[in-house]
Amino acid sequence: MERGMTSIVKTTTRLICGVVFIFGLYLIVHGHLSPGGGFAGGTVMAGAFILLVLAFGDDIRHLRIIEEGSSTLENLAILLFLLLGVSGMAIGAGVFFGNYLETGQAGDLLSAGIIPVGNILIGIEVAAALFTVFLAFVIFKEEEQ
Amino acid sequence: MEVLLAIIIILMIAGSIYTLHARDLLSAVISYGITGFGLVICFLLLRAPDLAIAQIVVEIITLIIMIAVIRISVREDLTERSTIRVAGVRYINMRSVSFFVAGIVFMAALLFFFIQATALLDPFGVHSIRMAAAYMEQGAGLTGSANLVAGVLFDFRAYDTLGEATILITAVIGILTVLRLKGRK
Repeated sequence: MERGMTSIVKTTTRLICGVVFIFGLYLIVHGHLSPGGGFAGGTVMAGAFILLVLAFGDDIRHLRIIEEGSSTLENLAILLFLLLGVSGMAIGAGVFFGNYLETGQAGDLLSAGIIPVGNILIGIEVAAALFTVFLAFVIFKEEEQ
Repeated sequence: MEVLLAIIIILMIAGSIYTLHARDLLSAVISYGITGFGLVICFLLLRAPDLAIAQIVVEIITLIIMIAVIRISVREDLTERSTIRVAGVRYINMRSVSFFVAGIVFMAALLFFFIQATALLDPFGVHSIRMAAAYMEQGAGLTGSANLVAGVLFDFRAYDTLGEATILITAVIGILTVLRLKGRK
């Protein structure tokens, strides 16, 4: 038996999945310029991955490996975010989450100091966390059968 | 705009009441979506696109995860009825009566305090911004961020953001632990 949903769903997923992923990336990277940011962009990116798993399905052993990876990525991202906050104490004004990088011209892509870095880390963390939760439910369902 | 907001909020309340009373949990989850998507429209009308984007994507992902939860658990709601029939005689369930009375009392008390509280506030649409005024005036200059929300979230209130991320990771660890324990048995 073929895994996943019908070929209509699979073709649609193939067409829009990359667009959804790029839109999430855009929301994260432009978080300090336009509405969006790490939380919303990360959720959109997690949605792209969830769409892939829902439409195509996967082998349970392969899903376990992916879950391991996304769980590790999630923990790594929040540790790096904490490190970003602590590094503010070592460099510059010496306060927790001090903005020690060059703030630049407001409106440029490379501006606002550590805010884009924090956005990217939070985006990775949220995307990996939501995808891990979804994978945990899928694996639990597969194990039951 | 207030009329439009009131219509949307009444629709949201109707959706949540149906969610409570639906026998099928899948239709309960879907009608719960009325509340979330109504909130998205409210945020857009109140000119908060940041919140609207976050709300709509979180709503969709939550819907998917809730449906996944219902698929691996029961689909029927197991609420108790207000009357119990034992050996042909009908008894009134005292628990549902006490819930009903407590609900009426709480609603009356909350309505009383809400009326008192709203009398002190500014009229709708006018904000009392003693604290936020400093952020709004100096935010762009101090942080260099064109989006003020991101500036507050990752510079002035970055400690809060760290707390939110910690809550998320704690929830994920909890879900993984519970599902593993049951799956290993």
